[in-house]
Amino acid sequence: MARVVLEHVTKRFDGTTAIDDLSLEIHDEEFLVLLGPSGCGKSTALRMIAGLESPTEGTISIGERVVNDVEAKNRDIAMVFQSYALYPHMTVRRNIEFPLRSRRVAPTERDQLVSDAAESLGLAPLLDRKPAQLSGGQRQRVALARAIVRRPEAFLMDEPLSNLDAKLRVQTRAELVELQRRLSATVLYVTHDQVEAMTMGHRIAVLDTGVLQQVAPPQEVYARPANLFVARFIGSPPMNTVEGRIKRADGALVVELPGGHAPLPPPIARAVAARNLDQVVLGARPEDLRFGREDGVTASVTAVESLGHECHVACRLDDGQLVIVRQRSQADVPKPDEKVRLVAAPEVLHVFDPTTGSRVDGDT
Amino acid sequence: MTAAISDDRVVSKSTRRKERGLALLFLAPSLLVFGVFVFYPLIHNAYLGFYRTPPFPGLPKTYVGLDQYKDVLTSSDFFDSLKTTVLFAVMTVPVGIALGLALAVLAHQQLRGIGIYRTFFSSTVATSVAVAAVIFGTLMNPQVGLLPWLGVNPHPPILQNPTWALPAVAVTTIWQTLGLTFILMSAGLQTVPDELLEAARVDGAGAWARFWHVTLPLLSPTIFFAVVIGTIFAFQTFGQIDLLTQGGPLNKTNVLTYFIYTELIQNSNEGKAAVLAIALFLLTLLLALAQIRFLERRVTYER
Repeated sequence: MARVVLEHVTKRFDGTTAIDDLSLEIHDEEFLVLLGPSGCGKSTALRMIAGLESPTEGTISIGERVVNDVEAKNRDIAMVFQSYALYPHMTVRRNIEFPLRSRRVAPTERDQLVSDAAESLGLAPLLDRKPAQLSGGQRQRVALARAIVRRPEAFLMDEPLSNLDAKLRVQTRAELVELQRRLSATVLYVTHDQVEAMTMGHRIAVLDTGVLQQVAPPQEVYARPANLFVARFIGSPPMNTVEGRIKRADGALVVELPGGHAPLPPPIARAVAARNLDQVVLGARPEDLRFGREDGVTASVTAVESLGHECHVACRLDDGQLVIVRQRSQADVPKPDEKVRLVAAPEVLHVFDPTTGSRVDGDT
Repeated sequence: MTAAISDDRVVSKSTRRKERGLALLFLAPSLLVFGVFVFYPLIHNAYLGFYRTPPFPGLPKTYVGLDQYKDVLTSSDFFDSLKTTVLFAVMTVPVGIALGLALAVLAHQQLRGIGIYRTFFSSTVATSVAVAAVIFGTLMNPQVGLLPWLGVNPHPPILQNPTWALPAVAVTTIWQTLGLTFILMSAGLQTVPDELLEAARVDGAGAWARFWHVTLPLLSPTIFFAVVIGTIFAFQTFGQIDLLTQGGPLNKTNVLTYFIYTELIQNSNEGKAAVLAIALFLLTLLLALAQIRFLERRVTYER
């Protein structure tokens, strides 16, 4: 296996920029998830590494080799497509051995490799079937077998689970993680599904409109989103964000919100002061909000969604903005139209610069 | 299916009779057209074959039963004509399809101005047989033609040359049907998913291997269709033969349709012509049946 490095890669299609100055390293044996909404350019990035598109600017290397001018077939990477792209006229066996035949692997070695790959994915009894005779999950495993059969330098996966039903997806997720660990594989995994990203990736790279937003381990992306886009994209329900004016009260900085105000913890207050911000966007995860008695921001409950183990309480601030509070179901849940006060501990608040959207961190 | 069966049990006899009448009513227009222009002529043609046409007009026709079928279909004239017809199909169909496919593959590339080429390649669809025959007749004309001028000038001249007349007509036919073959093959190429070709690229297959192992197998239903259609067209070729060689020289281009035509129009032998026509019909029918069988059995390739 090998690392894959993108340096200042830009891709333009007739005037539109799909990828803008992307620098990213997928470490050797790392499972890196490229996450973003549809149309953010994540598939384009993957296709450039595969050699199906060529970058307008920048360099791509696999291992220590710059592959910009290397044909897709000589890059020694394997790709799993969203539609699986199985050859419909070939049996499962022929599908799996196709990459080996293309590389003229000797027949005895080839048979061994095919049966190893089929064995490890439970496909041995299906080798003589055609793809049309398989279920979605089985096809997906054939596509995986075709990818692992020749031990490539890296695996590229383009939303490989999105054609599976929800139950199978959870199961396959775990299997993929296990497979990656067993093979010590370098994997770049593209998805728009944050649950897949959070559960599978060693690190997550968040992409929006062709621009890399943040690269970090899942917990850090969740706990310290680099900007408003990441903050609102990761998490379900997403982070609540409310814009407010900075005011000085009793020597400390507070954010004035509709229906109340929230104090800033001193390190962040110093950073806000240093940047001369008079407006900030305040963010709070739904689980970090709770209902207070005396203090806090006033709001009224509009709806309560119960999910069994927890419930989501939708509240409107005095100016009509919606805020979601996540609570354990056992807790005392307010009723619709009830007046409530929302409280969050200062240290769980996220503060963003409203003009650039970037995170304001306290000095440490 | 089961629903239809149980419906049948529930529906009473009178309703069923009524529905059958309604079905006939809806079928009537097409039955009428087919009856008048296809079924009646076909049956009448078979019937004509039972009568030997007298050597001089005015004498009565004589009923000979299947004798005339036996005589005509075992004659060396018929055998030679059948051989010419098959040879003509063999000359035109594979080459035509290979050329059409090659052009379709070329025109499938994403290149600037490729639309112009696509229009060129499919333009012979809008060219009539007469125009094609005049163009190629002129090209091969020993006095003014381009080919003789370029040194391709056998003796006797191409269209009167027993060796070269049939290939010459075949070339004309290939050119004239190329537009249709090109369009068929282009449509077929568009059904091959890009993702499969990309997967093959990543799997290490070169351009030729991708064509051979992915494109061609997925194109096989289209190719088979083109073979059958092309063979049926070849068996029914008439215009270019009539305009270029009139079945000559030495009957070397006397394909079945032209044979039928000369027997009927020049020799006024409608009995013999009828037998030949029935033979041609049965050959065409066999081809059509083969195709239906194949299309029914064809695997539907799911993505």
